[in-house]
Amino acid sequence: MQTIYKDVLIIGAGLAGERAAAEAAGAGLTAVCLSIVPARRSHSAAAMGGMQAALANSVMGEGDSTDVHFADTVKGSDWGCDQEVARLFADTAPVEMRCLCDWGVPWNRVVPGKSKYFKGGKQFDKEEKEEKRGLITARNFGGTAKWRTCYVSDGTGHSVLYTMDNRCAQLGVEVHDKVEAIAFIQDGETCYGAIARSLRSGELIAYVSKATMVASGGFGKIYKASTNAVICDGGVHGAVLDTGVVPLGNMEAVQFHPTGIVPTDILVTEGCRGDGGTLLDVNEERFMHIYEPDKAELASRDVVARWMTYHMREGKGVPSPYGEHLWLDIRHLGEKHITGKLREVYEICTSFLGVDPIHQLIPVRPTQHYSMGGVRTNKDGAAYGLKGLFAAGEASCWDMHGFNRLGGNSLAETVVAGGIVGRKIVEFLETYECSIPTAVISQTAAKQQQRISDIVSGKNGNENVYRIREAMQDALDKGAHVFRTEEGLTKCINTLQKTLQRAREVGLQTDGCGASPELSAALKIEGQVKLALCVAYGALQRKESRGSHNREDYPARNDRDWLTRTLAYWKNPDDDLPTLEYEDATPSYEIPPGDRGYGKMQIISADSKEDS
Amino acid sequence: MGRQLKFNIFRFNPQNPESVPHMESFSLDETDSMTLFIALNRIREEQDGSLQFDFCCRAGICGSCAMVINGRPGLACHTKTKDLDPEITLTPLPVFKLVGDLSVDTGTWFRSMYNKVESWIHTDKEFDQSAIEDPMENDIAESIYELDRCIECGCCVAACGTARLRDDFMGATALNRLGRFIIDPRDKRSDREYFDVIGSDEGIFGCMGLLACEDVCPKNLPLMNQLSYLRRKMGIVAIKQMFTK
Repeated sequence: MQTIYKDVLIIGAGLAGERAAAEAAGAGLTAVCLSIVPARRSHSAAAMGGMQAALANSVMGEGDSTDVHFADTVKGSDWGCDQEVARLFADTAPVEMRCLCDWGVPWNRVVPGKSKYFKGGKQFDKEEKEEKRGLITARNFGGTAKWRTCYVSDGTGHSVLYTMDNRCAQLGVEVHDKVEAIAFIQDGETCYGAIARSLRSGELIAYVSKATMVASGGFGKIYKASTNAVICDGGVHGAVLDTGVVPLGNMEAVQFHPTGIVPTDILVTEGCRGDGGTLLDVNEERFMHIYEPDKAELASRDVVARWMTYHMREGKGVPSPYGEHLWLDIRHLGEKHITGKLREVYEICTSFLGVDPIHQLIPVRPTQHYSMGGVRTNKDGAAYGLKGLFAAGEASCWDMHGFNRLGGNSLAETVVAGGIVGRKIVEFLETYECSIPTAVISQTAAKQQQRISDIVSGKNGNENVYRIREAMQDALDKGAHVFRTEEGLTKCINTLQKTLQRAREVGLQTDGCGASPELSAALKIEGQVKLALCVAYGALQRKESRGSHNREDYPARNDRDWLTRTLAYWKNPDDDLPTLEYEDATPSYEIPPGDRGYGKMQIISADSKEDS
Repeated sequence: MGRQLKFNIFRFNPQNPESVPHMESFSLDETDSMTLFIALNRIREEQDGSLQFDFCCRAGICGSCAMVINGRPGLACHTKTKDLDPEITLTPLPVFKLVGDLSVDTGTWFRSMYNKVESWIHTDKEFDQSAIEDPMENDIAESIYELDRCIECGCCVAACGTARLRDDFMGATALNRLGRFIIDPRDKRSDREYFDVIGSDEGIFGCMGLLACEDVCPKNLPLMNQLSYLRRKMGIVAIKQMFTK
């Protein structure tokens, strides 16, 4: 087995991982990023919209500041976030956008003079100022008080990722692609790197490092319908749980987007509804106005997703070979509007569905979109439980998003947190020395080798990995989706526990030779089912509704009992449920819990604690 | 609807000494809105778990799933089966090293390409945390992005006559990449320095003008315009060099 030594090992080569690698390499450390795919194919590339940062260059951003950005973020999180972290994020974001600018990102810039924009279907005028000519401009996004989202046409993530990967190449950061981390090298106290499997040859490689960082993105693919890339499968999160000592934070906080297209779950923008598109049921009748007479289709993401699901449960869904869905109708907006302002939607429909949205309905359903939960870290990005382990980006629960994240904050988080955590790793390594116990390396490698041979030889059983995955996804889709109830979650957990047993008996239908994709899937299935159990069990215990977490049987946000963050541990590998612990949502409050200003909801005040 | 599709798929696992390159057939019932992404995943999950192919975003954004579809390089994710005959032939992209079946190693090829063209901003400027950004006209920013849109899928390289003949040809994608830096005011390289990178048969002078690169580009990048622009620009540099020698 090949052993590779580096100062810093980063699992993932998306924006968070490469941003941290650039810090490490810039400080003269050796850094390597592992990636399942070539770095530029990372899921960061798929983010189109933009990155929030309070630069206040555009006229519609006037009066914006890091304070306003901070407040929007805390409200967006439904007071579930760590406010120290949200503050750090808002303050650093403008500096980070300018740094990206120097590195080569072609941000759209302020063009002085008059122009038109639309809001609520109506047209307005604005006039950009001459003195701001050529500075980074911003666009409007939901949940923000000011125009704050920096962007590069409709390809922000792509452009920033390519710039970042260029920067890493310039600094000599190595990216080992088609390599998948499968277990951490650790002794219960310190992390020394990871054992990885080559997706070219199937061989195991030991990556040994003083600092290890998880930047592997979200884990949306544990759900059946997810807007996530197929690589966002939670493989690394499973390995984190497997350490037994590192907790995952707020796993029940899962964001759903109302309009993923069926069957491929690609997202079509909220702009369709913003510009006047409507949702129709199996009878081609509108329904949102029945549930939300005022806002109808324009209610917030979580609210629309909730009612769509409810309506399908009432038997009004459209049956299809890919499951039930509803229709999005934008035909009345006309050809000019659809091929102009909604060009991207037009292209997605024609290229991927073969549907012409000028004349035809678009099949949509609420779709898993973002994982607020992840590897729990402190504000420096250091993971709980293991020295030398760090995390950043969607993979982490650094926790600036709490129970709901705002559009434009996730892409910004990747680079802002990547930069901050990268610098903290450099600081950490300035004074940190460790002696590497080679026995731990060889034992971990031997254990993984054994695990592989057992699966290949069928020693554990011959359960089909794809059928197990289907069972897991079905259970989550039924019980831990937009709506959650005690009954639904209990059923979901029971199914998942049976599925976990099957996952422990997984075998292969093929020979598992070389870079076998079936073996890759089999190696991570047990971890995935455990993640699913963390989501469902966390959701069952959290007896309130907050942000994206909606309990029908506990509709109020309960600050009295649940202003907390869930920590899910898998203490013993043979357990069939995670061990849950709780900590305060934030160590200090700049903004005390209050009304978000949207999405009407009953709040049980934290002050009522003293009364009871 | 209701067609039965026959897929002829190239099979070879270089890790298995017993494996020999061959074509294998699979059958599948067509469903509504079926794409090759859906079809290939169904084949792998229902018929042969060892079938290797790459998908990532499955939305035409990341470029992972380029393969030769009925003789033509393209992205499998946005290829709809209803646009194809019921018999579909899939082979891996040529030029790139084969990983197995339909999966090829584009990562190594592209990393070597961008090291060759030094695909980063060349400048002496140090980032100053307390300064505001240097202004740039929005038109320039947008024109940089127009060339920055390449997703490195490799279709243009696979379709390129010269790239099939010589290993060192950089291909349309590299020339497009360099074009992005030439128009970027932040990059301080001179035309002479660019000439040193692409002023040879490995670069602009190797192209035979077959135009396939632009034909197959899934992002519709103006690859031929870019090449002719660079040839003209580099031609001037070459003439100047003759006179200054």
